Amino acid sequence: MDYSQFLNMPQEIGLLVVFLLVFLYDTFMSKKVQNALPVFTCVAFGLFTIANLFFAYEEGTIFGGMFETTQATVAIKAILNIGMLIVLIQSIKWANSEYMTVRRGEFYELLLITLFGMYFMISARHFLMFVIGLETASLPLAALIAFEKNRYESHEAAAKYMFTAIFSSAVFMMGLSFVYALSGSLYFSDIALSVMGEKSTMLIVALAFVIAGVGFKLSLVPFHLWTADVYQGAPTPVTGYLSVISKGSAAFGFMVILVQVFGSVYDMAWEWMLYALIVLTITLGNLFAIRQRNMKRFLAFSSVSQAGYIMLGIISANALGLGSLMYYVLVYVLSNLAAFGVIGAIENKTGKVMMADYNGLRSTNPWLSFAMMLAMFSLAGIPPFAGFFSKFFIFTSALSTGSVALYVLVLIALLNTIISLYYYLLVVKAMFINKPGEEGAIAPFKSACSERLAMIVCVLGIILVGIVSCIYSGLIEAAESSVTMFM
Amino acid sequence: MIWENILIYFVVIPVLTLAGLAICKNIKQVRAVSIVGASALMVLGVYVLIEFLQLRAAGNVEEMLFRGDWSWFEPLNIKLSLGVDGISVAMLLLSCVIVFAGVFASWNMDPLPREYFMWFWLLSTGVFGFFIAIDLFAMFMFYEVALIPMYLLIGVWGSGNKNYSAMKLTLMLMGASALLMLGIIGIYFHSAADGNLTMNILEIAKNNAIPNNWQYFLFPMTFVGFGVLGAMFPFHTWSPDGHASAPTAVSMLHAGVLMKLGGYGCFRIAIYLMPHAANELAWIFLILTGISVVYGAFSACVQTDLKYINAYSSVSHCGMVLFAILMLNTTAMTGAIMQMLSHGLMTALFFALIGMIYGRTHTRDIRKMGGLMQIMPFLGVGYVIAGLANLGLPGFSGFVAEMTIFVGSFAHADMFHRVLTIMACSAIVITAVYILRVVGKMLYGPVYDDHHRTLTDAVWHEKFAVITLIVCVAGLGCFPNFFNEIIYDSFAPIIKALGAF
Repeated sequence: MDYSQFLNMPQEIGLLVVFLLVFLYDTFMSKKVQNALPVFTCVAFGLFTIANLFFAYEEGTIFGGMFETTQATVAIKAILNIGMLIVLIQSIKWANSEYMTVRRGEFYELLLITLFGMYFMISARHFLMFVIGLETASLPLAALIAFEKNRYESHEAAAKYMFTAIFSSAVFMMGLSFVYALSGSLYFSDIALSVMGEKSTMLIVALAFVIAGVGFKLSLVPFHLWTADVYQGAPTPVTGYLSVISKGSAAFGFMVILVQVFGSVYDMAWEWMLYALIVLTITLGNLFAIRQRNMKRFLAFSSVSQAGYIMLGIISANALGLGSLMYYVLVYVLSNLAAFGVIGAIENKTGKVMMADYNGLRSTNPWLSFAMMLAMFSLAGIPPFAGFFSKFFIFTSALSTGSVALYVLVLIALLNTIISLYYYLLVVKAMFINKPGEEGAIAPFKSACSERLAMIVCVLGIILVGIVSCIYSGLIEAAESSVTMFM
Repeated sequence: MIWENILIYFVVIPVLTLAGLAICKNIKQVRAVSIVGASALMVLGVYVLIEFLQLRAAGNVEEMLFRGDWSWFEPLNIKLSLGVDGISVAMLLLSCVIVFAGVFASWNMDPLPREYFMWFWLLSTGVFGFFIAIDLFAMFMFYEVALIPMYLLIGVWGSGNKNYSAMKLTLMLMGASALLMLGIIGIYFHSAADGNLTMNILEIAKNNAIPNNWQYFLFPMTFVGFGVLGAMFPFHTWSPDGHASAPTAVSMLHAGVLMKLGGYGCFRIAIYLMPHAANELAWIFLILTGISVVYGAFSACVQTDLKYINAYSSVSHCGMVLFAILMLNTTAMTGAIMQMLSHGLMTALFFALIGMIYGRTHTRDIRKMGGLMQIMPFLGVGYVIAGLANLGLPGFSGFVAEMTIFVGSFAHADMFHRVLTIMACSAIVITAVYILRVVGKMLYGPVYDDHHRTLTDAVWHEKFAVITLIVCVAGLGCFPNFFNEIIYDSFAPIIKALGAF
């Protein structure tokens, strides 16, 4: 066996090294230095993330073409790394809390393993590899969701997540069996060749199952029912992780499957399925978000509708769409994690998670409310924050193929941004305009250093990622260079 | 380099002021920084005007002067393109004056003066950016930057039913900008026949490649998108509530400048880029804006709250701007721009005075005021002047603008335009009714409330703001030809585009 082929997966190897370091540290270091484990993880992963950005990658395949590294996979992995790093920093305080100390090591190891699974999902060019990645990513997450084992909701959430994860995997594999029956292979390229011009009912059924399976991971409506309960029950750092990293990688994988594998049957099979999913996801996600009073549930529904916007990048099925999708994920990662950072900081300090608790927050904790406001504006797509640019570009990419149906679709999506603006403004209103209730506003407190660091990174990202244009150009370039392999 | 272009400083100065405000410690520093910023903008505005006139006098006939392009988002060929013609220069100057007066009008802002001014300057950044940009993306971005601060400015510092008004205003305007965004992306994808898509307005107009059937779709999108901000019937309902709840300087800025963004956008994007649809569909919007003009004036007659009266008066006058633009000839369009300037200054003056009166009497209900002229003669005289300008007395800006508009509108020989013009003209009479009613009830007659006798007249910073605005209103009214010359040349390309069909 030629071991040099492993050099074609440098990011996976890097992540594996980080994982092993954390594992060894957790197992063999003395009790005295165990408290430094979270910081150690952050530093190790931070170095890895930074090295990632400056490493020159070669494109290539491994495992007989089952795994492929392209500029686009490198870029999306780098984006996920940035999000992961922020999650790790945010979780330091929580991981050092009293009842977490014994299981701290597991938390970080499991988190890194799920990321490893997502890497495989992104780079897979064979459905077997894809499923392995998918499972590696979802099963440890169930354990992570159940991590606060003295909280009832945490158990409930984990059970719900477990069931939906298994169910969706089953549905997905059902779809794969149909695909295999049609084409006799599970290689993406082989399937793409054999479904070309195919018009059978079987293909439609296969596609419906595959889309439903991935739809669960992405929490697209109508497969979103687990989202709110799981987000509410999971520990806040895990919720943040679920809402951005998990979603980002699944979105990328989804685009690869739909475009690379089933691209040739675009107009006859999945175009309208996707339209319907997008409209439902955005609209219902938004309408449900309006009624939420718990911040974590609120962000759960907001993230459902955001997933709908991410899907808009897929429909153009070209490099512009892929680049815009990655850019949207990056901006979404930063904005959503900023929001979760604030929620986590407040929850750690006071245990309050309701929107009404945020009334009058501005007068007591101006910086936290400032960060939250930026996050909300960015999620709503208000310039000059990054969210505006990502929305504009994803709409532009969706319209680039120019059919009238797409204009209608984008118009629906645009009108939905107004609904979303309404509920994002409710949070701003609670913090800035509403008078504190009878208990008074949350007392002024100093958030932990780590939380502040993560928030500064997010806020800088929200302000700069939009205006500094080279990030978007770079992502488009990466998408274009991989698009020949991609289509 | 981008810094060599003078126009960019219209954005740089507000941003620097914002940064300066961020490190201010007390209200004195906040005022100082704001005044420095506003004065710098004023100087810049006048400098650009002089420079512009000199270049034109020297025979520079390019459509836009001070041009500059900087690549921004290369994959989509989005550039930061700057450039101004006479209309933009006039709008910039108007914005400078109103921002300047607005700083003085919000002198005693309470609570949180620093945050208030930061939002105020963010709004200004958007306004100035909008007028200097000629790239659709940059324009749209600045447009939205100007909208969102309104939510917090009204929500935090407003009065009355402010939560409702703030949310209504924000959602309606953002809803309009959703249509606008679709319109802009649509224009972008049809901007060139040869595939070199562009967002630059000049290039799109030169390419003239938007197919007619797409124009029928994109023109209403962009026109309604901007028209909502221009308070076009039936989308004007955000305006009265928003104005009534907003703090003084925000009302000034909003009626004075922000609503002009609507008219300017309709003119610069909807009509200029899609002349075919503009010719064909103008009649629909003429009817709607015609309703705005008359309906706004009638509504103002039955209001008892001073701010509501002026807000409806704004609906009527801004409706006249759109009405005139849709007449699609040079005279009426000149009148429209004049009306924008005139209404901007006049309404700012009105809202400033109302804020000052309200700050003393703590009521805006005209039924509870009377004889204020005896008590506060300076504010009273200011109010009378603003009122007379509003109803179009010769010598003030309103007369010049409305006269030009109606002369231009009546130049259309067909029945439809003439009937509409005559109906719109009636708004002038109705304006006189509600203005004179308020002046008579509030300023003259017996003193209604004896408590009011203890009130004081304007202090220096209030006088300063009022006098600045009165000078501008009278200046525009007495020397209209000067402004006419600035803006007149700018219509040629648009009229040419319209005539090409």
